[in-house]
Amino acid sequence: MTDQLHALYQTLKERGLTPEEESKIRYELDLQAVDGRHRHIEQPRRRSLYSYTDLELLHDASPPHLVALTTVQSLDYLLERDKQREKDGFPRKIRVGKMVKPSQEGDDKVVIVPTTVEEKLLHDQVRVGEEGEGGGEGGGEGGAGEGEEGEVIGEQPVRPEKGAGQGGAGQGDGSGHDIESNAYDLGRILTEQFELPNLKDKGKKRSLTKYTYDLTDKNRGFGQILDKKATLRRIIETNIALKRIKGEAEVDSRRLLIAPDDRVYRILSREKDYESQAVVFFVRDYSGSMGGKPTELVVNQHVLIYSWLIYQYKNQVITRFILHDTEAKEVKNFQTYYNLSVAGGTQVSSAYQLVNKIVEEESLDRDNNIYVFHGTDGDDWDTKGEKAIPELRKMLGYTSRIGVTIAENGYGMSGQTEVEKYLRRSGLLEEYAALLRLDVISRDTSEARLIKGIRELIS
Amino acid sequence: MELVSQHAKRIMEGCKERARDAGLTFPEQSLEYIVTNRDFLQLSPKNMIPTLYDYWVQDVEVLREQGQYELYPNNPYETVINTRPPISFYNDNNPDWLNVMIFYHVLGHIDFFHNNLFFRHTWEYDFAGKALADKRLIAKLRSEKGRWVDYVIEFARSIDNLVGYFDHLAALSTHGDRMSPLDYYFDVFLQDREKKSVAAYVAEIEHYNKLVRESPEGGEGHFIDSVRKKYAEFDSLYDKAVKERGKAARRDLLQFLMEHSPFLAREENRWMLTVIEVIRTTSLYFQPQIRTKILNEGWASYWHDHLFLLDDRIRGHEVEYAVVNAKVTSMPRVGLNPYALGMRLFEFLEEQADKGKLSFAYRRIADQYRRRTYDTASSQGKEFIFSVRENFCDAMFVSSFIDQEFVDRYRLFVVDRRLDKERMVWQYYVKSRKAADYKAMLTESLYHPPAITIVIDDDNALILNHVFEGKPLYRDYIDGALMGIEFLWGGKTCLYTHEPEPVKREAGKGGREEHPPQEISWRRVRYTMKDRKMTRVQV
Repeated sequence: MTDQLHALYQTLKERGLTPEEESKIRYELDLQAVDGRHRHIEQPRRRSLYSYTDLELLHDASPPHLVALTTVQSLDYLLERDKQREKDGFPRKIRVGKMVKPSQEGDDKVVIVPTTVEEKLLHDQVRVGEEGEGGGEGGGEGGAGEGEEGEVIGEQPVRPEKGAGQGGAGQGDGSGHDIESNAYDLGRILTEQFELPNLKDKGKKRSLTKYTYDLTDKNRGFGQILDKKATLRRIIETNIALKRIKGEAEVDSRRLLIAPDDRVYRILSREKDYESQAVVFFVRDYSGSMGGKPTELVVNQHVLIYSWLIYQYKNQVITRFILHDTEAKEVKNFQTYYNLSVAGGTQVSSAYQLVNKIVEEESLDRDNNIYVFHGTDGDDWDTKGEKAIPELRKMLGYTSRIGVTIAENGYGMSGQTEVEKYLRRSGLLEEYAALLRLDVISRDTSEARLIKGIRELIS
Repeated sequence: MELVSQHAKRIMEGCKERARDAGLTFPEQSLEYIVTNRDFLQLSPKNMIPTLYDYWVQDVEVLREQGQYELYPNNPYETVINTRPPISFYNDNNPDWLNVMIFYHVLGHIDFFHNNLFFRHTWEYDFAGKALADKRLIAKLRSEKGRWVDYVIEFARSIDNLVGYFDHLAALSTHGDRMSPLDYYFDVFLQDREKKSVAAYVAEIEHYNKLVRESPEGGEGHFIDSVRKKYAEFDSLYDKAVKERGKAARRDLLQFLMEHSPFLAREENRWMLTVIEVIRTTSLYFQPQIRTKILNEGWASYWHDHLFLLDDRIRGHEVEYAVVNAKVTSMPRVGLNPYALGMRLFEFLEEQADKGKLSFAYRRIADQYRRRTYDTASSQGKEFIFSVRENFCDAMFVSSFIDQEFVDRYRLFVVDRRLDKERMVWQYYVKSRKAADYKAMLTESLYHPPAITIVIDDDNALILNHVFEGKPLYRDYIDGALMGIEFLWGGKTCLYTHEPEPVKREAGKGGREEHPPQEISWRRVRYTMKDRKMTRVQV
């Protein structure tokens, strides 16, 4: 793989690179060289001195702060309140919270956890390595027992397996209690509370989804419910034919005759139900430069978009996950999509190519509305977009919407990423204004901004 | 919630007698409530002090941000509350022996609340009663002003860690902080202003002493009169100095805003002052609990351990007790258990004092054998730990008593971790067994709110200066906190602070492999909040 990358680098170099572009590519290559399986790694949480409480230790009860949810008000109420806050000129305070709860089985649960923080002026630790790995920050923590200086006394897997419980390292229980909800609810909340727009046109692609049974058919003579209005009409017709009702003369209802066939009933019948359905491609750059914050932002935004689409399409959404560096591959669930990170180069075109291939091979465009959402940090070794733009153009031929999110990683200048530059230069943004959207976010983006970004991408 | 049964209460009264005999002091009355398991789950600050004022955030904090920032304690409430009488909670299906153990622990806490000087300001009134009055007040205001009450609560709470706790305590223990003219004359005027030579200074003291000797009553007055005659400007300088001194000592942002904010001074905003005062006093009330966690828990654990084993009524439960006790007071392999640490410190100090080791004579000995066998049989251990519980807070406790002997005795060390990339595991390793490192680590993990000095500049903007202590502020929160301050101040607000910046390594060298610790440089930064927009500039 490394050889391939270097070969690619050489060819790019021959074609001419600006020093800036070159340094970026070199950086990603170096990441690869340093650590072939580079990933973003979270530091395990450290248990604070103040988290030990009487309740937990003496009474064997849960630490109180984890269970305040028993008093929680309904989410709708809270968000309503938050909206009012915005009107009063203060930024929103409720966050819809940590939203992905990937499970190993692949059914990716979305969890809505309304959280908030009380913002105070607090001391922070000096952290400069950024969300990196390596030696712990600060002065370490306390310990007791045997062991020479420098001796390793225990290990903790970086990503504890589900159900593994507490690691050997005195770490508190992390997950706490969540209010579980499905993506559909989150979509509803996003649509209603955060005023994300409803889809105006869900597209014409329809598919037979289910049969419903309803009292819609009419039947004469027998059936479940008498349709009085229709019956009356039949009776009048019959009696006109029999000349019992004449022109302007008074009608004497007692003298009307009723034929057996005049009774019209509603009868239970099978109906075919068509609904629009959508296929969403979530495409993410997982190259080395995406480590940490950009990935988190992109994935978070994708969860929100996913929820919103689920709501709009009433659960008729199929998701496909694609990761790319210089090559693209499809992964089968959100878990992998969320977690995987490698060091490697970046070629956006590879991902677009793969999407095109999948759509073509499976003829997805026949029955589905297709959405593509692409998250990247904006680096692309194909700096002019020579390969990406044609693929993108092809994609625009069948999709309902393509949304590109550029989460700037902060290495370069803002607004100067390759992807952004070549997208803007290509004129596709104007040409297909209805189909292609671009959202550029910085690395310190808040949830509110993410949601606003979604509005840009989908409205 | 209901009170404990007569049976349980009788047992507890027995515990009180034994605790009193051991030297603990606490009031006659105490309230013990039974709570069910379910109630226990719901014990949040709001429910444990049912009279605490309502605030919607208390209902939302389902999960605070997990991670680093939880490190700042949000829940100072324990199984016993520092009210008059003290209230404590017990599970409804506890066996008697467990209740006895918990009650001894609780008595340790109550004794601590009532004797530790850092709780001095909580001694005079019952917090539960005051909180009830506050709660009603806020409910009443809420019915008039609606959601604006909550905004004021929110903004006041965003700076409620900047209350002048120590100023507040100092005001109780000294006779005001007003400097006398005499002090000013000798300490400031002569030295800083007149820059007298030592001989001249001593001559002045002689002069003063002579006058006082001549007339013990009026000598001081005569002396000051003579000073006034000599320096006509003395009085005005003295007044100015007193004023400035009062200002410099003011670290309480909430109080400052209440006194000086033009926005709060407006007639239509005066109701906000009462809300802010409620937040402020509530915060002040809980300050000592955060600052004495190790001591308080250590003291309570020390006593439940000692008293339980001496209690003759519960013989036969030693094994069950040992299981629970081990959970509370064993030192974790990795982590800082304040119960365990505090208890060991007390036991260690008691032993040291018993043997007379807390003395200069002992410290002078270098010979290890003589150190080990040193014993003056002074038996002052109990007396000494009682004085520690009266006069110390965590920071003092840690910095005064953690020495190499203590660290070695309990085989303590500082742990750090590193990433093993091959196997994708975090490796925990012993980083240091030196007392100095352990002490530094401990100090680092103690509660320590930033110190802020406050000035108003010529444009009537509020200038906050974060005193540099080698720690940055948590950046994500600055925006929210400053917005609140701006609202309460009613105008432009600036905050000066320092932020670390990595010293850049050679670009392209991939800063991710293992390196020696990154060097940092500090930069002074100014945050300005104006019209709810924040800007950041380096200065």
